[in-house]
Amino acid sequence: MRETKRRIWLRSVVGAAAATALMGSAWSQETLKIGLLTNLEGPFAVPGQDGFRGADMALKEKNGMAGGKKIEFIKLSSDATPDKAVAATRKAVEQDKVQIMIGPLSGDEGIAVKNYAKSHPDVTFINGSSGAQATTLVDPAPNFYRFNTEGAQWMVGLGEHALGKGYKKVFLVAEDYGFPYSQVQGFMASYCAKGGKVVDKAWVPLGTKDYASVVAKIPKDIDAVVVVLGGSDAVNFLNQYEQAGGAKPMVGGSITVDQTVLNYKGKRRESLLGTASAGPMADSIDTPEWKKFVADYKAQFKDGFPSPSLFAYLYYINTRATLEALDAVKGDLSNGQKAYRDALQKTNFKGPAGEVKIDGNRNGVGTTYITEVTKAPDGSFYNKVVKTVPNISQTLGLSEAEFKKMGLGSRDVPDCRK
Amino acid sequence: MSAAQWRRAMNSAAAAAAPTVRAPAARSVQALPSSAAETVPSWPGRWLARIRPRHIVVLAALIVYPFVASPFFTYQIGAQALALGLIALSLTFLGGYGGMVSLAQMTIAGVAGYGVAVFGTSSAAAISLGWPWWLASAVAIALATAFAAAVGWLSVRTEGIYTIMITLAIGVAFFYLAQQNYTVFNGFQGFNRAGAPEVLGTESRDPVAFYFTALACALAGYFLVRHLVRAPFGIALQGIRDNPRRMASLGYAVTAHRVAAYAVSGLLAAVGGVLMVWYNGRISPGTVNLGAMISILIIAVLGGMKHPIGAFVGAIVYVLLQNFAIDLFVRERFNLVIGAGFLAIVLFSPDGLLGLWAKLRSSLVKTQTPQQTRRQP
Repeated sequence: MRETKRRIWLRSVVGAAAATALMGSAWSQETLKIGLLTNLEGPFAVPGQDGFRGADMALKEKNGMAGGKKIEFIKLSSDATPDKAVAATRKAVEQDKVQIMIGPLSGDEGIAVKNYAKSHPDVTFINGSSGAQATTLVDPAPNFYRFNTEGAQWMVGLGEHALGKGYKKVFLVAEDYGFPYSQVQGFMASYCAKGGKVVDKAWVPLGTKDYASVVAKIPKDIDAVVVVLGGSDAVNFLNQYEQAGGAKPMVGGSITVDQTVLNYKGKRRESLLGTASAGPMADSIDTPEWKKFVADYKAQFKDGFPSPSLFAYLYYINTRATLEALDAVKGDLSNGQKAYRDALQKTNFKGPAGEVKIDGNRNGVGTTYITEVTKAPDGSFYNKVVKTVPNISQTLGLSEAEFKKMGLGSRDVPDCRK
Repeated sequence: MSAAQWRRAMNSAAAAAAPTVRAPAARSVQALPSSAAETVPSWPGRWLARIRPRHIVVLAALIVYPFVASPFFTYQIGAQALALGLIALSLTFLGGYGGMVSLAQMTIAGVAGYGVAVFGTSSAAAISLGWPWWLASAVAIALATAFAAAVGWLSVRTEGIYTIMITLAIGVAFFYLAQQNYTVFNGFQGFNRAGAPEVLGTESRDPVAFYFTALACALAGYFLVRHLVRAPFGIALQGIRDNPRRMASLGYAVTAHRVAAYAVSGLLAAVGGVLMVWYNGRISPGTVNLGAMISILIIAVLGGMKHPIGAFVGAIVYVLLQNFAIDLFVRERFNLVIGAGFLAIVLFSPDGLLGLWAKLRSSLVKTQTPQQTRRQP
């Protein structure tokens, strides 16, 4: 009796598995699978979810179709470590057999996925939101495309802006990894060239809680503090700087002056007004494209943020470029995807925050928005766009030779103490 | 090892190895594998006699596997499970037979991994010394084994939760050291394109070749542990696990014995660490962070710590869940599947999957052929 039962159970399991397999293959005939990698674990789990929203938005705008085929995302997750990003990418490429892969989210993941891309020249890799300079500048992969600009490009123009505000000598505090290196270089490239001085840099580990030693090091005779810290790190620094009696104005990185900082309730809250920062987008861009993007986002995602985050925006433009190129070639991925890659190279559309196009290294050339913290009529703080700097390439406004001489951003590059 | 087996082994060891007992404990610590050959001269014969059909089936399946499975399954599932299983095996040996649960096994593997990157070749040319891969990995393994002995020396005087805390502290300290030191560990970025031997190629490592490398290492580690736990060294280790005071009064140097066990487990973890670096082609602090340290414990507990094979069974299930849970369930919540799976296994079978298997088999045997007695796993 028991034996029979077990046999029936076993058979039904096998049957169900076979049915699923059959259904799966029937589906794949009329759909095109695209791998989509963000973070659903680790420190970027929440931004990673917003990255999915951005990609979903781009697909929904096209009613789920591109190049005459139904598009199906194979969603994958990493935890911001390169090992996991490559493992997830390998699964999509080798197991799920995707021909196009979108992702990953963070800088070092991007470098690792780019290296992996070289071993699969028949698959096209499109960046998600990763922004390390080296991904496309050092040893680029011919099948890795990045339609967004990267960390250094996001800060171009902020240096001049700071000088314009009279900040001639600054002290810098930043987190100690690839992304802030790039950001600092983007800021310093023009700031140093135009005569500004960064008297000292304090590199702190990601997630630092105690800034006492950093605050003690800040000299008295500076004009401003450049703070390239993310989220809670920035608030912790601000708190402790205030308690120690610091009163210099602040200049922020692209992910520094976000909602957690704008909602800061300390005594120095008013002094936040006028804090300048820069990035590839801003909440208050005053164009119809951006307003439509925000409205669509709000309509589609009731559980989303009050306004699309940087990650939603970056995943959106990369996914949109992927799909528009598919439309351009009518879904033709034959011949080693040659036609498709030509179409990707020719991409040029007006995105929510400016033009989207790429250079010879397949890296985005785009607009940077310089913002300042301003008080809204209802008393809340927001980042007001004060300047837009279009057409920024990876050489940060310098000539190629000048940029090569400077090298990529690191702890000691660039340097203008004196 | 079950109670019956333990008793049998104890009796035979006591009968055959009278001189070993008389010998100073330090000797049995140093002469690990050879001491068994001394006690029972015909040990290869004993090994052969113990081979059963299922062993041959498993071995044949392991050899045929890469030729039937896709490169993805060979590399990312098969080879990764073998490498992770080897690191988990070091914990099974230490925890299951020595009664010392160490969280630092991934750290020891990481020391070996960083060693391969620093002594061998990587993209960080300013740091890597560029030695040939065999020399780099040999030095890295030796270094990691010495590090494991040092960890053991620090932690063996403690018991239970305090051992866990000390090894946890060492592991976390190493993680922060690796993340913040730029002269040796290259900080947050770590090493890309690290140390994979030329024969396997860096970017397009051949899955089948790597699989067999990992399989050879895993089998060697497995048989080393199987052998050791039957040798006087392992018997004494289990004695120390069960009653250290009694073993001390019998003349064993309990501390030295435990440190030696750490060194042996360190050797296993180090080999696993070298494999992990070759597998990933890179190493960075993320490889040795708290999550990675705990995942080794999860793998060992998941498989079952009563038998060395448990580490590999656990690793296979862990790797499969890591890769395919996202396809099974609401994607944003796939970690729930992984967590629920682990919870269910630990809840219903404290001995992990091996315990589950033993339970299942004994219930089957009972219903079908009650006269047949249960064989040892």
